[in-house]
Amino acid sequence: MKSEITKVTSHINPNEALIFERSQPGRIGYRLPPLDVDEQVLETLIPKAFLRDDDLEGVPEVSEVDIIRHFVRMSTWNYSIDQGMYPLGSCTMKYNSRLNEKVARIPGFAGLHPLTDAEDAQGALEVIYELQQHLAEITGLPGISLQPAAGAHGEMTGVMIIRAFIDARDGEAGSAKRRTMLIPDSAHGTNPASAHLSGFSVKTIRSTSEGLTDLDHLRELCSHGEVAGLMLTNPNTLGLFEKNIQEICRIVHDAGGLVYMDGANMNALVGVARPGDMGVDVIHLNLHKTFSTPHGGGGPGCGPCCCTRELEPFLPVPRIVLNRVESAGSTAASTGTRHPAPDTQHPRLRLDFNQPQSIGRVKAFFGNYGMMLRALAYIQTHGNDGLREATEAAVLNARYIAHGLTSDYDKPYNNPPMHEVVFTDKRQTRKGVHTLDIAKRLIDYGFHPMTIYFPLIVQGAMLIEPTESVGRQELDQFIEAMCSIAREAVDDPELVLSAPHTTRIGRLDEAAAARKPVLRWKPKARADAA
Amino acid sequence: MRYIPNSPEERAEMLQHVGLNSADDLFDSIPQELRLTRNLNTPAALSEIELLAGFDKLAQQNRAAKCTSFLGAGAYQHYIPTVVDHIISRSEFFTAYTPYQPEISQGTLQAIFEFQTLVCQLTGLEVANASMYDGSTALAEAVLMAERVTKRSKVIACGAIHPEYLDVVTTYVQHAGIELVRAEFDTASGQTSDVADLIDGNTAALVVQSPNFFGCIEDVTALAERAHAAGALLIVAVTEAISLGLLKSPGACGADIVVAEGQSFGVPLSFGGPYVGLFATREKYARQIPGRLVGEAYDKQGRRGFVLTLATREQHIRREKATSNICTNEGLIALAATVYLETMGRRGLQEVAQQCAQKTAYAAKQIAALDGFSVPFSAPRFNEFVVRAPKPAKELLAHLASEKNITGGLPLSRYFKDRSNDFLICVTEMNSRADIDALVAGLASAANDN
Amino acid sequence: MANIPEDLHYSKDHEWVRVDGNIAVVGITDYAQDSLGDVVYVELPKAGEKFAANESFGSVESVKAVSEVFSPVSGEIAEVNDSLTDEPEKMNTDPYGDGWMIRVKMSAPGEVDSLLTAAEYEDFTKGDTE
Repeated sequence: MKSEITKVTSHINPNEALIFERSQPGRIGYRLPPLDVDEQVLETLIPKAFLRDDDLEGVPEVSEVDIIRHFVRMSTWNYSIDQGMYPLGSCTMKYNSRLNEKVARIPGFAGLHPLTDAEDAQGALEVIYELQQHLAEITGLPGISLQPAAGAHGEMTGVMIIRAFIDARDGEAGSAKRRTMLIPDSAHGTNPASAHLSGFSVKTIRSTSEGLTDLDHLRELCSHGEVAGLMLTNPNTLGLFEKNIQEICRIVHDAGGLVYMDGANMNALVGVARPGDMGVDVIHLNLHKTFSTPHGGGGPGCGPCCCTRELEPFLPVPRIVLNRVESAGSTAASTGTRHPAPDTQHPRLRLDFNQPQSIGRVKAFFGNYGMMLRALAYIQTHGNDGLREATEAAVLNARYIAHGLTSDYDKPYNNPPMHEVVFTDKRQTRKGVHTLDIAKRLIDYGFHPMTIYFPLIVQGAMLIEPTESVGRQELDQFIEAMCSIAREAVDDPELVLSAPHTTRIGRLDEAAAARKPVLRWKPKARADAA
Repeated sequence: MRYIPNSPEERAEMLQHVGLNSADDLFDSIPQELRLTRNLNTPAALSEIELLAGFDKLAQQNRAAKCTSFLGAGAYQHYIPTVVDHIISRSEFFTAYTPYQPEISQGTLQAIFEFQTLVCQLTGLEVANASMYDGSTALAEAVLMAERVTKRSKVIACGAIHPEYLDVVTTYVQHAGIELVRAEFDTASGQTSDVADLIDGNTAALVVQSPNFFGCIEDVTALAERAHAAGALLIVAVTEAISLGLLKSPGACGADIVVAEGQSFGVPLSFGGPYVGLFATREKYARQIPGRLVGEAYDKQGRRGFVLTLATREQHIRREKATSNICTNEGLIALAATVYLETMGRRGLQEVAQQCAQKTAYAAKQIAALDGFSVPFSAPRFNEFVVRAPKPAKELLAHLASEKNITGGLPLSRYFKDRSNDFLICVTEMNSRADIDALVAGLASAANDN
Repeated sequence: MANIPEDLHYSKDHEWVRVDGNIAVVGITDYAQDSLGDVVYVELPKAGEKFAANESFGSVESVKAVSEVFSPVSGEIAEVNDSLTDEPEKMNTDPYGDGWMIRVKMSAPGEVDSLLTAAEYEDFTKGDTE
């Protein structure tokens, strides 16, 4: 193989190849203890026909040093929360505490097998139980399952619960007539996709010019007796609180349907208002948004499903429940970390599989447990006053940005935003500069772009969510960067259109990538021969 | 609150700047009667010292975490090289979002591209996605995909699939118009019985786990032929992904979709999650695959990069017609698996898998020789096997745990009420010969104790 | 300004029809390809399949959108443009020529008369943008 010396502008980092291209036969990155039992001829244990015959060809061979350099170099190509503001609307990119990471790595949790007898895993179950109690208090909805692994998974769980409830209430024939799920036109795409998984067809509700659910349209859609429920995000994806939420819930309930709330935007509400008090029947939370568990470049998440007492029997199994009725004092949610000493006769908590109306299991074991540990640590670190303080700070930051950008960008809705605010590229398109260009140019200013082209009902949408984890100076810098881009869009549009200029690579040809997708590495020789 | 940069004074100034008098005014759009007028009834704030003490105390109650363990059944104890946690703890990886902006997400994107390649190599298939939640949900998605591909509605699930996986599949398909049929397993061999009578022209897929829940290696090639003869797909589920280092790849055996639980690849047990689902299929089905895909792309200067691609399959574009509702997947855990696979490398994966098979063979031989104990299933095994004890397994294992501090396996009565004396043992490279000998001795004495 | 050839018929779903005896050649308009962006994938029916007027016969995908395409006329698919599988970009570069999608053997040729003329379609697209 010919090796080429390639000049780099600053550092070797930009040229890190794929690990498969780095691999050299004979390099080793591991060492195991020698086998300490008598070695049998493998074929006497497992017939040859069942054994691999490709010698794992193509799997890389590298040293530990190669590994560290490979991934550390690649890591430098990522933007991250720890570098700065990450204002993705609807994603709630807040600070990921190191303390929470430490908690998740405590050996007594990290090393615990999920099929351990409940008696020997009481501490782990206590974490689940306590988190359930807190989430019930925060949402005002007492039935909780932490099993769903992400927001969309929690949504699917919630919608299946609605389906199971209606099946039980109306009987098979009655339920068969209720197969419509109402979803606003501003909703996240997971809503209709999750509804579909429960056998519902979707009808779309219009938004008003104010950016809120159109009540008249909702009433009309509810007048046919076929509505199973409504899936509503609140605050909605425009960052606006649905102030008619009680009326909305009434209309849907009167029509025999249930209200599902997408809790993606709970960062605007924690400690301030509770979905359960609004009339909502079931909701999912995103622990990886509101409760700060890290996004990890696309997961893991955790999407708890929270519901009313009435819907509780339909939650996934197993439920984690108290083993027996204890004295009133020890069951209160307020026990915090001070738990009653475990009763050696009867473990405090147990798994309850005996829930005949349950929708069933949605995931093996108990869900993304490591995320639950982090979220509980978040709640304990903030304390009840800190949870509200974070909400206030998050909404204030969004309001501050809304205020700062109104002079240079089109703000399509007048209502004051909650934790996120939507602007458009309407003023910039006159010079041919679109939302995508503004987003890419923002990278040159050192910021991660906002969410773009979502929600779909806003042409050229830019959805900005700063979260509480941004200080005033950085907010000012962001506003200044956006205003500067607005000026560039007038004075030097080409500069914006060709952005970003400071990254390792420029804009990629996504059309070519989708036409002839290359989804894996293949050895050169074989690729050439093909 | 130390995670909020702005001081109360700064926030007061900012409120004034935006024309508000108090923090309460921020919530004017919420009707008064809906606003909480009291503090949440959650605990008061804890310091780092108090918080860690609390969690440490809880962790200590998890007695099982400290035992020598032979528990597998879908979650496995394997050696995790130190570099894995170091890499995934880097800010740039764990505090980044899904790579929607490729220019500043190339680290994540290239890592996923490597992950997809590794999954293809191990499964013997052509296309793999960026990950699913876990093995169980990946299997459910595979069943839904088979229905889309074949437009048939019957799915046959072999009897020795992990019971929790089957539960998840049952939940997912209950409203999809799919009829799920269970095939029996042969009680002598532990493998799937003949499925010829069950497969027909309306069968979308035959689903098999190998090694199966009882640790038996299935004849995947024969099952693939059966499925294909009827025009059905073969879906193979793997819960112990380390087996892929030694056993013939499901793709090479003829599987059309392979799903696996990737926890064995450098991911801690963590009481069941987060883990990572692997999902691979044939190239011709690439547009039917659920979840995210990363592909190669070039910029105007011809520099190679990577980008999320074929996104029109996904929920944010196709909405209710999407191939899945999945959005957030298991990015960081997929990264952990990638670092693990690359660190262990070609030879390491082979050696781990061989050690598992050898140590398991040793353990099975010792236990089968004990008075009153037997190993009921005759099929070849990888690193798990069922043991039949002379008394109820739950009792026996409880005794072993309390007397010898050994978690001896999983009583099968947890899932199979009629198998009260059977339990499932898993042996990995983490169990030394001394551990195994202690287990064998412990079982012998527990069986004799009353 | 989108190109709208005089000699074609147009649907409100932005398909065009060129009549060739009892065969209708169908594709998407220049206006449609422009608003869709770079076409990356085309899903086409098989020859012999039958469609009613206004029924979806396939879909066109760009990087970030999927559009169903609807048959402007009823009939049986006589031929599909298989070359779009490898070169979907032809729908962008030559929507009225090499980018054609299907040839339909019309079962009710009179349906063509109810389609829009070039002038009517031009007015229609103007209304669409406002």
